[in-house]
Amino acid sequence: MALDHDTKRDFKIIGTRPLRPDGIDKVTGRAQYGADQSAAGMLVAKMLRSPHAHAKILSIDTKAAEALSGVKAIITAADFGDMRKGEAMNVRDHIMARDRALYDGHGVAAVAAINEATAKAALALIKVEYEILPHVTEIADAMRPDAPVVNAGFVQENAPKGYSENVVSAHEFGHGDLAAGFAKADKIISRTLKTAATHQGYIEPHACLASMGPDGRGELWCCTQGQFYIRTLCAEILGIEESQLRVTASEIGGGFGGKTTAFIEPVALVLSRKAGHPVKMVMDREEVFKASGPTVSSEIDVKIGMTKDGRITAGQAELRYQGGAFPNMTNWLGAQCAFAAYDLEAVNAIGINILTNRPKQAAYRAPGAPMAIYAIEAVVDELCEELDLDPLDVRLKNAARKGTKSSYGPTFDEIGLVATLEAAKIHPHYAAPLGPNQARGLSCGFWFNFGGNTSVSLGINFDGTVGITEGNPDIGGSRASISMMAAEELGIPYDKVRTIVADTNSIGHNDVTDGSRVTFAVGLATIKAARAAIKEMCKRAAKMWGIDEDAVIWEDGYAKPAGQNAGEFEPLSLAKIARKSANTGGPIAGHHEVNADGAGVSFGVHLVDVEVDPETGFTKVLRYTVFQDAGKAIHPDYVEGQMQGGAVQGIGWALNEEYIYGADGKLQNAGFLDYRIPVASDLPKIDTVILEIPNPGHPYGVRGVGETSIVPPLAAISNAVSRAIGVRMDQLPMSPPRVLKAIKGAKG
Amino acid sequence: MQYAAPETTAEATRLLADSPGTARVLAGGTDLLVQMKFGGLAPDLLVDIKNIKGMRDVTPEDGGFRVGAAVSGAEMGEHKAMRALWPGVVEAVELIGSTQVQGRATMAGNLCNASPAADSVPAMVAANAIARIAGPDGERDCPVQDIPTAPGKTSLQKGEFITSIFFPARPDNASDAYLRFIPRTEMDIAVCSAGVSLTLDTNGTCTDARVSLGAVAATVLLVQDAANALIGSKLDDSALEALGAACSAACNPIDDKRGTIEFRRDVTAVLAKRAAKIAQSRAGERS
Amino acid sequence: MKKLHINTSINGNSAEFLCDPDATLLSVLRDQLNLTGAKEGCGSGDCGACSVTVNGRLVASCLVLAAEVEGAEITTIEGMAEGEVLHPLQKKFLEHAALQCGVCTPGILVAAKALLEKNPDPSETEVRFWLAGNLCRCTGYDKIINAVMDAAAEMRGA
Repeated sequence: MALDHDTKRDFKIIGTRPLRPDGIDKVTGRAQYGADQSAAGMLVAKMLRSPHAHAKILSIDTKAAEALSGVKAIITAADFGDMRKGEAMNVRDHIMARDRALYDGHGVAAVAAINEATAKAALALIKVEYEILPHVTEIADAMRPDAPVVNAGFVQENAPKGYSENVVSAHEFGHGDLAAGFAKADKIISRTLKTAATHQGYIEPHACLASMGPDGRGELWCCTQGQFYIRTLCAEILGIEESQLRVTASEIGGGFGGKTTAFIEPVALVLSRKAGHPVKMVMDREEVFKASGPTVSSEIDVKIGMTKDGRITAGQAELRYQGGAFPNMTNWLGAQCAFAAYDLEAVNAIGINILTNRPKQAAYRAPGAPMAIYAIEAVVDELCEELDLDPLDVRLKNAARKGTKSSYGPTFDEIGLVATLEAAKIHPHYAAPLGPNQARGLSCGFWFNFGGNTSVSLGINFDGTVGITEGNPDIGGSRASISMMAAEELGIPYDKVRTIVADTNSIGHNDVTDGSRVTFAVGLATIKAARAAIKEMCKRAAKMWGIDEDAVIWEDGYAKPAGQNAGEFEPLSLAKIARKSANTGGPIAGHHEVNADGAGVSFGVHLVDVEVDPETGFTKVLRYTVFQDAGKAIHPDYVEGQMQGGAVQGIGWALNEEYIYGADGKLQNAGFLDYRIPVASDLPKIDTVILEIPNPGHPYGVRGVGETSIVPPLAAISNAVSRAIGVRMDQLPMSPPRVLKAIKGAKG
Repeated sequence: MQYAAPETTAEATRLLADSPGTARVLAGGTDLLVQMKFGGLAPDLLVDIKNIKGMRDVTPEDGGFRVGAAVSGAEMGEHKAMRALWPGVVEAVELIGSTQVQGRATMAGNLCNASPAADSVPAMVAANAIARIAGPDGERDCPVQDIPTAPGKTSLQKGEFITSIFFPARPDNASDAYLRFIPRTEMDIAVCSAGVSLTLDTNGTCTDARVSLGAVAATVLLVQDAANALIGSKLDDSALEALGAACSAACNPIDDKRGTIEFRRDVTAVLAKRAAKIAQSRAGERS
Repeated sequence: MKKLHINTSINGNSAEFLCDPDATLLSVLRDQLNLTGAKEGCGSGDCGACSVTVNGRLVASCLVLAAEVEGAEITTIEGMAEGEVLHPLQKKFLEHAALQCGVCTPGILVAAKALLEKNPDPSETEVRFWLAGNLCRCTGYDKIINAVMDAAAEMRGA
């Protein structure tokens, strides 16, 4: 797609804060989420899961369970299609173990029964014979040449040699002469930093309601970030054509990337087909932690050289990511993001993917970036401290800007990093005094942002209102922002527009709600759809006036003669044209389909003040400010919400959240009690400063804002804690025992 | 599973004693229901004691208070006189779980769940609270510290259940405090904890003390050496150092997902010292 | 399992149901009475999404047996608005954009209402600690706290 340079400046609706259309349903309990639907004759499904981290499945005996009254269907991996490659195969095998259980919680069999109690009783009657195999859950252990092989056959040609078969791929990015760069440095710091696997922590567990007949025609209701992708996955796994399955996305109770793929949906469909009844399947919280898609854990070697006056001369990183028992692309993304904030002459980052006996990772808000940038930003901050340089000045001195050849290849167009750094520098937060045991940390953050395949349909109703049909689940107010963009373009009030998220049969294909793509790509398609409708309305006005179509223009919701030569006519409102449309050629609608390009990267800078209790290692976050480039904030409340929400997820990641595996390879904290996400009393206000450096790739300048905000908190807090205690922390989360140990170590 | 809600203690003990399978007492249910959902517990009988007279009452007795076994944390928190007399106990009870859990959770349940990390137990042990137990053979009283015998295990016999917990009277210049360490500010299980109850004389010298520690051994510890460090002192720095050292020495913690041995040893001492200062200040305010 | 016959009041209406002795109040509300506003986020009392009040006391309905509510008065999110009139908290949550995905919202509203009935003039810190048992993963809580404080102010003035 050609870049659209008619970036509009003068807005009436964009930038205001109207109420969201789905709001009343959500404050009254009426909104229907994944587990809120039922159907007549519905069965309840439950999964039997492996209690072992790695085990050969010798046999599964379901006879006793089948004989239990009220049990209607039992399935195992043998009931799924037999495709031999591709992501759908991986998704299938992650859901249900074939010959080996690959992680604690791996599905082994599933039951549909007349109620939950019967389904659970049936699970207890299924006899599985396991042969326990050696397991490996940690990166370094999994890389050793003699490590147990988790899942053979995934090694790519680019995988580094000399390791076990668990080391499956490597992606390298960079440019310049590293040796020459390091030779110019006055100070070089090398460190290895580690981050734990975390979970998206959405409050709504995965849930679906499936109905499929013996003819293979099906209906699926589920909470997902992408009904079209769920359809693709399920169709492939079940061996049916996509047209046979209609998927409707429920309201979604949080996703953050974790609902971009399937965990239960194919199971419910196969059970439904086998049982001949609708099947409802809902994960409990323990299952969500054990058998959905947490993020990767990482070990990252960083080496950065700097001159005395703060110029970075070279940067190098090796990022080792484990994302469970199946390959993923997070290493590819992370290696690209690591040094993205800097304008460097010599840079190299290599991202390596390692398999372990853990669940298959799924996307989590800027997948791969938070840990990569944490490692880089921690070392940059240490260099600043060692060289006694202001950390903001050093970032400004090295910041990527328009024309910078990025560390991952492309040359940046208009970007907002310098503007966010400058905004942070003049903000009162940066100069505020600090007390004892307190310190300030900061970090840059980056995310590419996606565009992708998008379809939008916009209908002009006969009464002059507008209906928009789009296909991306609304995870944070996008129906409001899409309605706003349509209203802006059409020149009508916001409340004349209603946007709905449609099922897979009601609109053309849409990629998943991910990559912060919706406000950008769906917004762009909405504006183009509105323009198509405007073109048609101008045509109708021309017809009503009896003038040439080209002699009509659209302005502020009215068709007007283009100039005096066009003739003297009273402008026609959208409503007037709509009311006459049956007589001027029929209904008026616009639609737009695009594989949107030009998403426009987003940078952010976070400032945080912490206080560390020197006797307990407890970190209190005192003050937090987020600066981020939104390109153009369509609905500022929801932009701020993304900035605040991402920051708090990052605070959790930095301080407390982690997947804890025991020596037995079992997950020890599969619940919200010991997987500790931030609670309201842990936090200060999260202040926000929105910068607007328009994205040339969007008619209104929009950049995605959803993901960048989770990137900076890890390093910002690590840098603050390190400065508060006088010891550089190099591992997340900075749980109190780790911080206290570091304090005691420093005291000798 | 059967559910019973008897209206008398006698009926409750009979149900519990006669049950051939696994019987459990239901008061607040905030541990029990979680164990039933995620812990594999499948009781044959639940005996809900909330309909028995007196179970939900806080009653003055001999200058102290008798707290019914089904009194919730929220109800305890609203009882001003109990809070004035035993503030450390009330603050410990109020730390159990969220506001929602407070609406249900009870001290007696916290005690009988027999977790070494239970928040209210160290405070009750420091307070020298006495549990009243009903059983097939009638009533008996038992110091709180003798109820839990190991994680998840109690000294209660089949058919027995706690009906109330008694908190004795105390001199004016006496008070208590409880502190726990958690990684967040709410919603966590204690990594380690300390309860301190003390009495001062008119000069501010500590004449009596009880120091208890949670989550650092299989059951809550009552540490006499720690109490001795305070008794006879005005809680000066050296007394507090001795208190901390005695607490660290008494610890026998484990490494687990919530904390390390080293961390628990160190922070238990910190908490005991801080709790002692708070108790001292409260005692001073009362005298 | 023999079912129990329970009589109770929900949002001011008498309600009668049969339940298994081990059924939670949450499961009966959602699966039998079609009151799906309360959500099951964890089933262990750690997330607050299932918050309701029983006899005026805020509880997690996943940690209450349905058998226990015989004769009790229960309120849920479905009883918060009166006809077309939203409760001030509901209104302020919309105005302050205090929800993103909205799945925690019913529980938070029920909990916040219980707070303001007990303490009409809470400090921000008191609001944060009262709501610590209501997990929200989208908002970072900031706008939720603003909405509760603003609703409290409006209700005091009203």
